[in-house]
Amino acid sequence: MKYMLMINSAATEPEPGAFPAEGCEVSDWMAYDKAVKEAGIFVAGNSLADLTTATTVRVGPGGERTVTDGPFAETREVLGGYYVIDVPDLDVALDWAARCPGARGGGSIVVRPVAEF
Amino acid sequence: MKKPAATPARTPMEPQTAAPVEEAPATTPARTLMEPQTAAPVEEAPATTPARTPTTKPQAGASVEAVFREEHGRLLAALVRRFGDLDLAEEVTADALEAALVHWPVDGVPARPGAWLMTTARRRAVDRLRRDQAYAARLALLHVEAERAAPAPPADAADADGLPDERLQLFFTCSHPALAAEDRGALMLRCLAGLSTPEVARAFLVPAPTMAKRIVRAKKKIREARVPFRVPDADELPERLPGVLQVIYSIFTEGYAASSGPHLQRLDLAEEAIRLARILRRLLPAEREVAGLLALLLLIHARRAARTGPEGELVLLEEQDRGRWDRSMIEEGLALVPVALAGPPGPYGVQAAIAALHDEAANVATTDWPQIVALYDVLLALAPSPVVELNRAAAVALRDGPEQGLALLDALAGEPRLREYAPYLTARADLLERLGRRAEAATAYREALRLVGNDPERAHLRRRLSALEPPDLA
Repeated sequence: MKYMLMINSAATEPEPGAFPAEGCEVSDWMAYDKAVKEAGIFVAGNSLADLTTATTVRVGPGGERTVTDGPFAETREVLGGYYVIDVPDLDVALDWAARCPGARGGGSIVVRPVAEF
Repeated sequence: MKKPAATPARTPMEPQTAAPVEEAPATTPARTLMEPQTAAPVEEAPATTPARTPTTKPQAGASVEAVFREEHGRLLAALVRRFGDLDLAEEVTADALEAALVHWPVDGVPARPGAWLMTTARRRAVDRLRRDQAYAARLALLHVEAERAAPAPPADAADADGLPDERLQLFFTCSHPALAAEDRGALMLRCLAGLSTPEVARAFLVPAPTMAKRIVRAKKKIREARVPFRVPDADELPERLPGVLQVIYSIFTEGYAASSGPHLQRLDLAEEAIRLARILRRLLPAEREVAGLLALLLLIHARRAARTGPEGELVLLEEQDRGRWDRSMIEEGLALVPVALAGPPGPYGVQAAIAALHDEAANVATTDWPQIVALYDVLLALAPSPVVELNRAAAVALRDGPEQGLALLDALAGEPRLREYAPYLTARADLLERLGRRAEAATAYREALRLVGNDPERAHLRRRLSALEPPDLA
């Protein structure tokens, strides 16, 4: 079953003088990425560019298109990237989520099954 | 002073606000930790055990009833494992029980009732799957996938019926942390205790449609997020087992002191919790904390008859007629305490030891308060919480006097979890009253009254308050 791991970073901007949380450095991300791929469960995954580069599109009832800058997070957590993995059940998905560096240092991972049709 | 805990035999004690107060709610995961038990529309259920067999034929008789209570969870667990679908398993379990109600009174109860029910349920499941081909295909696919990913672990040991007991899987599924805390107890009562949805609704004092929605939501999550039906591996058990114990404990706590309603206790709920703890104990005989939890529940529940007076009013621990305590239940609990403490103690084992000390004492005065305080120190080291601090302070008050107890309570005044916690305010009020600080005591009683749950507790606080403030002042 496929699950999406949505990686929420702790804050849009690190506190001045703050260091990355332990176990959450670039080398940790590379190691995690490697582990996911070597386990044969990797379906898809990307890291998203900074939230300030995001643009939102809405289409109204008359077909009119509205394009706005943003969104800007109202909470301190923003979606920073995702993985889609294929594993047998939720417990395994949660184990992988727990290993993800993004779950540390005030970040969190939301695990959602990918709907099957 | 005696050494802390460890030695089972004479250690008994319990999680109570030892205080005067009243038998305060149990310790650690007391009411605050309780799942947010819906403050829903209170339509209080009778404290009696609800009828359990919906389609009862009078002749079916007590033996059928007994078999059902025992078999329901076992049957359901085995079917869930076989078909991987909780809804289907529930439907065919109900079908099989109904069939038994029709046939058994006529043909007699079969020699192996469990096997009979299992065969019947399996046949019904196959019928259903034949009728719904698309569903069957999808289910089969799920199975193939699941088997490919993780071959089914060996079943638990079979019992005399030749059927494996797979309820343990169900315990871990029902209390999976991915489910809403408030739904875990409901699922456990529904799937493992075999209560119907309206019965579960009564248990948690919510309208039946609300409970039905919650159960449907929880089952949908189990199915669609694929919460596994499995026993955690030995190395995961320490992490997952406390969650299972917590759910059972929460059910018991609500039964011990109802969060609302006209009755102090909900004996049906407390008994279901004990039944669940017994099943879990049979399934995990080597787990000391399971023994500890069962011991704790038995040692506390043994006092049920003495905890209320003829009018259902609250009777404080110090005023209880200990002759009305259930000796056989106490003996059973006491026998489990050494099992629970036969190694590094866990929080439930220590609480059971405390409960045992209370149960063994002839009265409050001769209760071994130093030992109880020592056990609370052990408990604090294992599972620190403001509620444990509160209970310890109450025990200190009985060991060293109200002044010392009050000093400890006042040191806890900043704890956010205690600010809105009635037992804290009640304990403080009581000690203030004992110290003759009547005005302050009255204030604390009034605050506690605002927060307290059921009618008998409220009535008790009103009495204490009116004794402090003669009505002529009004």
